Amino acid sequence: MTQTQTPLVELRDISISFGGIRAVDHVSLDLYPGEVVGLLGHNGAGKSTLIKILSGAYQRDGGEILIDGEKAEIASPRDARDYNIETIYQTLALADNLDAPSNLFLGRELTNSIGFVDDARMEAETRKIMARLNPNFKKLKEPVSALSGGQRQSVAIARAVYFNARILIMDEPTAALGVHETKMVADLIQELKKQGLGIFLISHDTREMMELCDRVSVMKNGQLVGTERVEDVTEDDILSMIIMGKKPEPAAAH
Amino acid sequence: MTDNTADTPAPAARNRPDGLFNRFIKATEMDTRLLGMIGALALIWVGFHLYGQLVNGFGAFLTPRNLWNLSVQTASIGIMATGMVLVIVTRHIDLSIGSVLGFCAMIMGVTQVYILPQLIGLGHPLLWILAICSGLLVGTMVGALHGFLIAYGKIPAFIVTLGGLLVWRGAAFLVARGETISPVDPTFALLGGGPYGAIGATGSWIIGAIGCAAVLGMMWLGRKRRRGFGFAMRPVWAETFLAIAGCGAVIGAVLLVNAYYWPKGIVKRHVAETGITVPEGGLFISHGFAIPVLILVAVAILMTILMSRTRFGRYVYAIGGNPEAAELAGINTRWMTVKIFALTGFLTGLSAVVASARLGSATNSLGTLDELYVIAAAVIGGTSLAGGIGTIYGAVLGAFVMQSLQTGMVLIGFDAAIQQVVVGSVLVFAVFLDILYRRNSK
Repeated sequence: MTQTQTPLVELRDISISFGGIRAVDHVSLDLYPGEVVGLLGHNGAGKSTLIKILSGAYQRDGGEILIDGEKAEIASPRDARDYNIETIYQTLALADNLDAPSNLFLGRELTNSIGFVDDARMEAETRKIMARLNPNFKKLKEPVSALSGGQRQSVAIARAVYFNARILIMDEPTAALGVHETKMVADLIQELKKQGLGIFLISHDTREMMELCDRVSVMKNGQLVGTERVEDVTEDDILSMIIMGKKPEPAAAH
Repeated sequence: MTDNTADTPAPAARNRPDGLFNRFIKATEMDTRLLGMIGALALIWVGFHLYGQLVNGFGAFLTPRNLWNLSVQTASIGIMATGMVLVIVTRHIDLSIGSVLGFCAMIMGVTQVYILPQLIGLGHPLLWILAICSGLLVGTMVGALHGFLIAYGKIPAFIVTLGGLLVWRGAAFLVARGETISPVDPTFALLGGGPYGAIGATGSWIIGAIGCAAVLGMMWLGRKRRRGFGFAMRPVWAETFLAIAGCGAVIGAVLLVNAYYWPKGIVKRHVAETGITVPEGGLFISHGFAIPVLILVAVAILMTILMSRTRFGRYVYAIGGNPEAAELAGINTRWMTVKIFALTGFLTGLSAVVASARLGSATNSLGTLDELYVIAAAVIGGTSLAGGIGTIYGAVLGAFVMQSLQTGMVLIGFDAAIQQVVVGSVLVFAVFLDILYRRNSK
């Protein structure tokens, strides 16, 4: 990938405070098409908060967001969706009382000619995407509260993938998954990457991040410690960035 | 038998060997909750009838007259209960609707008795329509105000509507310094029921025919869609059964309301007024469906469509299931709250029309304690106070259960104190049964 092209997303100097606490403190990040950027850091380092600013769930106090090099105003999740930003939240953000198709299309229901929601078509579409993502998924008419953790995760992933995202945010997508399902998510990330999506990935699993990401950014106490290409650093370097908040010495990389 | 277990409404049934009943439920895809509620209602009706027959020597419950009256008495509570479902599903509560009903009734009373006759003249054909509009508008605005305070002022719904309970009852008094306002416009009065406020035998048969056609049409459309997408279909025998049951219920209701004739005095007056000749053996004029009941049916159908077929309804359930997820899905949850309360206010205004028309006057105490009956109806009908779960038909059936209990106890001669004890206990017991049902079906 050439760094001369315009980044898909550029976060410049983003800050946000909650009750006097700087949750995100002047953080700048960028993401190119076909790239996976990992966000690492302790709980409370500000990773989820930062990506929630991009997904429209939180409003930033300072800084700016550029999409395709142009300033973007993202004031709500709906705005983010208009920029083809899709998010898989750590909590999955599913309405437990609704079935999988209703969740998949929540906020973007398919309607028929007279404006009624078209449940049959949504069910058919859900069947199609699920056949690709998780062929074992059969419970299309039960509330998602009746599904297993992995199945719920597939619904959340399907929701992000179905709508032709250009920018995908995945907050701990594999936390609730078994080995087999984790592998499926890793394969999916590779596939989406090939299609030219830009992906922000949040995880605690440093090894997994080294495998999946092109670059990793480490946050600590709301601040960006640094962003490194994965081939330039070792797992230990990353760990010391997370724990000590120290950038690896340039000499160590050579 | 289809092999698609995902279509089963009662997952608990899957673990057991399929008995005849379970196979029946599976094939017809009927909601076991609905069946349970209809069963409970039937039990109440038969119970009161038998009690009356055995103890008092006269079973007064299962008579066309009582059931017709029961349907009229349920209308007002039932209309509001459909709105309360939305409020409770989104994890709110509305304690103010009884007072708002009283306030709307007073506004409509003043509008049609004092204001409009001066502006457009007494007996003007538009008078009743304008009066109704004033009530619906006031109800909607009061509801929207509550919703606005809840959504944008972040005041809990309990507090806002508790305040509303006092404010609007007081406001209802202030509208006319506590006077009772009557008589209402004669056309307006028809909306409350009574012999003239019913559509008669022919009209009822027409409604019945439309109802049957709708049942069959919906089943046919549903089957066509399922085939189009290659989904599992109900076996033909199950479809046939549902068609017969649906049409049978409609035709049964028509026969019932047509079997209740006008009282002799009113027939006599009618004969004197119209000058028709009385045939041999006496003149029997059927009531047919009462207008308030038709209003309730129309509201229930429209609200069911709203809740199950529109984005609005889908968002109501989504907000109830997970408000945060709804927000993240791009739903404007605050504006939804305003709309939901405004809709409930509108329905309360409509109930005020029915209630004051039935009374023939507007009093400032109209609708007192209605909020509790409405909430009880919604909850008995399976609306979960934890949010996310509730159906319109459940709330309407719940309203029928509440009204049946009260009417039944009056008929068998229980006094008001015992009625309160029974109604309160039934509410708690019904919610307990519901919790057991949900636990077992998990």
